[in-house]
Amino acid sequence: MVSAWIDAARRPLPRLIGTRLALSLLMLLVVSMLIFAGIQLLPGDAASAILGQSATPAARQQLELRLGLDQPALSRYLSWLGGMLRGDFGVSFSSGQPIAAALAYRLNNTLFLAGCTALIAVPLALLIGLWSALHRGSVLDRGLNALTRAAVSLPEFFSGYLLILVFAIWLGWLPSSAAVFGEMPLSTRLYFIALPCFTLILAVLGHMANMTRAALLAIQQESYVETARLKGLSPWCVLRCHVLPNAWPPIINVIMLNLAYLIVGVVIVENVFVYPGLGQYMIDGISKRDIPVIQACGLVLAAVYIALNLLADLLSILANPRLRHVD
Amino acid sequence: MLKGWARKMAEPLLRIEALHIVAAENDARSVVDRVSFTLESGEVLGLIGESGAGKSTIGLAALGSCRPGMRVAGGVVSFRGSDLLRLDERGLRRLRGSKIAYVAQSASAAFNPALPIGEQVIEVAYRHGLLRRDQARAKALELFRELGLPQPETFYARYPHQVSGGQLQRAMIAMALCAGPELLIFDEPTTALDVTTQLGVLAAIAEVIRRYGVAAIYISHDLAVVAQLAQKIMVLRHGRCVEYGDAEQVIQAPRAAYTRELLAAQAPSAPLAALPALDPERPARLLEVEGVSLDYAKRSVLKQVSLGLEEGSTLGVIGESGSGKSTLGRVICGLLRPRQGRLRLGGETLPAGLDQRSREQLRAVQLIHQSPDSALNPRQKIGRQIERALCCFTTLNAPQRRARLRELMAQVELGVELLERYPAGLSGGQKQRVCIARALAAEPRLIVCDEPTSALDPLVAQGVLALLRRVQRESGVAYLFITHDLAVLRQIADRVAVIKDGDVVYQGALEGLLNDPPGGYIRDLLSAVPELRIGWLEERLERPAAGDNENVA
Repeated sequence: MVSAWIDAARRPLPRLIGTRLALSLLMLLVVSMLIFAGIQLLPGDAASAILGQSATPAARQQLELRLGLDQPALSRYLSWLGGMLRGDFGVSFSSGQPIAAALAYRLNNTLFLAGCTALIAVPLALLIGLWSALHRGSVLDRGLNALTRAAVSLPEFFSGYLLILVFAIWLGWLPSSAAVFGEMPLSTRLYFIALPCFTLILAVLGHMANMTRAALLAIQQESYVETARLKGLSPWCVLRCHVLPNAWPPIINVIMLNLAYLIVGVVIVENVFVYPGLGQYMIDGISKRDIPVIQACGLVLAAVYIALNLLADLLSILANPRLRHVD
Repeated sequence: MLKGWARKMAEPLLRIEALHIVAAENDARSVVDRVSFTLESGEVLGLIGESGAGKSTIGLAALGSCRPGMRVAGGVVSFRGSDLLRLDERGLRRLRGSKIAYVAQSASAAFNPALPIGEQVIEVAYRHGLLRRDQARAKALELFRELGLPQPETFYARYPHQVSGGQLQRAMIAMALCAGPELLIFDEPTTALDVTTQLGVLAAIAEVIRRYGVAAIYISHDLAVVAQLAQKIMVLRHGRCVEYGDAEQVIQAPRAAYTRELLAAQAPSAPLAALPALDPERPARLLEVEGVSLDYAKRSVLKQVSLGLEEGSTLGVIGESGSGKSTLGRVICGLLRPRQGRLRLGGETLPAGLDQRSREQLRAVQLIHQSPDSALNPRQKIGRQIERALCCFTTLNAPQRRARLRELMAQVELGVELLERYPAGLSGGQKQRVCIARALAAEPRLIVCDEPTSALDPLVAQGVLALLRRVQRESGVAYLFITHDLAVLRQIADRVAVIKDGDVVYQGALEGLLNDPPGGYIRDLLSAVPELRIGWLEERLERPAAGDNENVA
C-alpha cells in the first residue's frame, strides 16, 4: 500500500488533487457569498434587537454607525471576507468580545463530541455492515437492519429526550446536561458527554452500516469475486483481498458524509443537552441578531463540510487504481 | 484394500453422471437435465450449445459450484473418485484452484480491478500452500513468457485496466495454470475477443494443454473453435445432451438434426441467397462521408474517413474492436460531432449535430444497437416504445398508429400479443426484432446497424440477418452494417469498407475482398477466422501470416 502511495505521487495525481482543492476553495467563496446574502435578507435589524423596541431613532442610528451597518453591502462583504482571510473573525455585537477566541473554544468542544462519536460509530458501523453482508438474510441481519433503520428514523430531539428519560431520570446513571467547562478532567468530560454522544451514534450508525452492507453486497455480485471463490480461497480471504478493496470508495464517501453531519448537524443535540458547542453558539447568535457570530459560525461549518467532502474525494481516488494509475 | 485401489485406478479423472440441476424457485424447470460424461487425464471435451443450454452450469458443477438461483437436484460429479456434490466447503476449497481451475468468459470482469495482475495469478499457489511466494512468482513469470505476454516482469505489476483484452485472457490462463491443476474449465474464453486475438489465445490454449497434459472442458457456442481443441464434443440444448461423440464424428457425420442445424449456421454460406440485383444504371448515392476525423481526448479515433453508400444497398463496415467502426456509426447518426469532415445525405448536407438536423433528416437515419437488452426501456411496454417512434416521425392518428403497429410487427415476424409485454418477457432475438421494428417505424432511408447480431446465438442471428435482407428488398432501405464478423458480412453486404485504427484500408466489392485480398491486414483478418474442420489450427499456425508475431508467441 505504501508503495502504491509513493507511486501515486509520481503520476498526474498531484494535478488531480490540485484541481479538487481549487474547486473546494471556489465553493467556499460561493458559500461565503450565500451566507452573507442570506443574512442580509433576514427580517429585523441588529440595532433594534440590541437596543430593544423602545430605542430612539437617534440612538439606533448612532449604533448602526458604530457597527458599520451604514456602509453598502458590497463593501461590508469585502471587509468581512478580508478579515476572515487574515484570521480576524470580527467582534460580537452583543458581547463586544472578539469572536475568534469564543469560536475556537466552541469549535473545539464540537470537534471533541463529534470525534468521540466517530471513534465509536465508524468501527461499529463497519462491523455491523460487514457482519450483515456475510450473513445476509439471517435473522440477526434482518433484526440489525430493522433496528438501525429505526434509529435513523428517530429525530435527535426525540431520541435525545428519550435517552434522558431512561438513563438520567429513571435509572439515574448519567447526567442529563452536558454543560462541560474548560478545566474539566477528561474522564469527567467523557462522563458528561455520554448521552449526547449516544444520541449522535444512534443518528449516524444506521446509515453507515446499511451503506456498508449494500456496497459489500454489490461487489459480491461481481464476476471477479466468483473467480476468487472458484480459486478455492477462504471466505475471509475473498472478503479481505477481493471485496473490500473495491468497496472502499462508496464506504468512504458515506462515512465522510456522516462525519460532516456530526459536526454540522449537532445544533439540535447541543441544544437538547446544553452542550457549549458551535451549534449552540450559532443559535445564541441568531436569537440576538449577532450578525458577525452567525456569519463566522456559518462559514466555519461550511468549511468543515467542504473539507470532509474533499477528503472523501481524495481517499476514493487513492483507493481506486484506475484513477491512481492513469496511463 | 487392493480392490479399492484397483477401483480408484479405474476411476476416470472426472465422471459426471445423471447431473440434474433445476431452477431454485421452480423444481420443474431443469437447467441441466441428466447429463453424463467422463473425462480422462489429458482429454479435452467440447461443450457446445446456445445460451441457456446449460453449458456454463455444467462447467461450474465440475468445480462443485452452483450459481445462485439454481439447485443441484441429483447426480454425481466425481473427481478422482470423490463426489464434489457431497464434499463440504473446506474439501471443495482444497480442490478448487489447485486441482480444478476455471477460466472465465470475460477476463476483464474476472480480474479484480484493484489488484495487480501478478498478485492475482499467484494467489492460488501460495494461499493453498503449494508454493512459496517467490516460487509462485517465478512460475507466473515463466507462464507469462510461455503464453507470449510482453515483458513478463512489467506485466506482473500492471493492473487489469492497463492491458488489452487478449493479454488479460492469457493472464487468466496463467492464473489457472499457476498451481498446476489436472483439470481446466474454459468457459467461452475467446468469445469476447477479436478473430485475430482469438487465434493467438487459441494457440496458447492448445499449447498449454499439450505441454502440461491437463484435461479440459472447453465451453463454446462456436463449433469451429471447439473443433480445433476437443477430442470429444457434446452438443447441448435446453439442458439436455442431444449428441455426444468423437469430435470427428460430430462434425463430419452429425446424428442429431439440431447439430446439423448448428453446422449449417456456421458453414461458410454461399454468398447471400438471392440478393436483389442492383439496377443496371448506377443507383443514386444516398450517403457520403467526406474526410471525417474525430478524437477522444488526444487519441485520434477516426482519421479522414471517406465512404459512400448507394440507395437501397448495404455497406458492411468491418474492423476489430477499437478500430473506430462504431464511432463512425455514431457520427453518421449525429450522436458524436466529428472534429472535421462533412456528411451528405441524398445530396444534401447532413449537419453534424442532432440539434441542427431537421425532423426529416432525423427520420431518415435510424440506428439499431448492438445489445437489444440495453436499447429497450425495461419499464415500457413494447407497443408503447414502437408507437413513440410513430408519434415522433409520422402524422398518423391513434387508430392509424395501431394499424401501423400491427403491420410493423408482421414485418419483423412477431406476434401482436408481444406489443402488450415488457422487454423482460422477450427473448434476445425477439428484442432485436422489436428494435428493428422501432427503426422501421420512422420509414428511414438509412439504418445504421451497429453489430446487431453479435449478442445473439448463431441460429437466432441467422434469422435476424434474413429478416434484415427481406426488409431491404421490400422497402429499399439502405444499411450501414457494422460488424467484426466476416461470416456475417458475407451474408449481408454488397460492398465493404475495412477500418483499421481509424483508417479505411479497403473499400470496394465484397468479392474483391474475399477472392483477392489486397492488403496484409485483410488477409490476416480473413485467415484468422476458424474453419470448421479438425486440424485447421495446426495448419494455420504452421504458416504464420504477416501480422501474427504480435498475436502468436
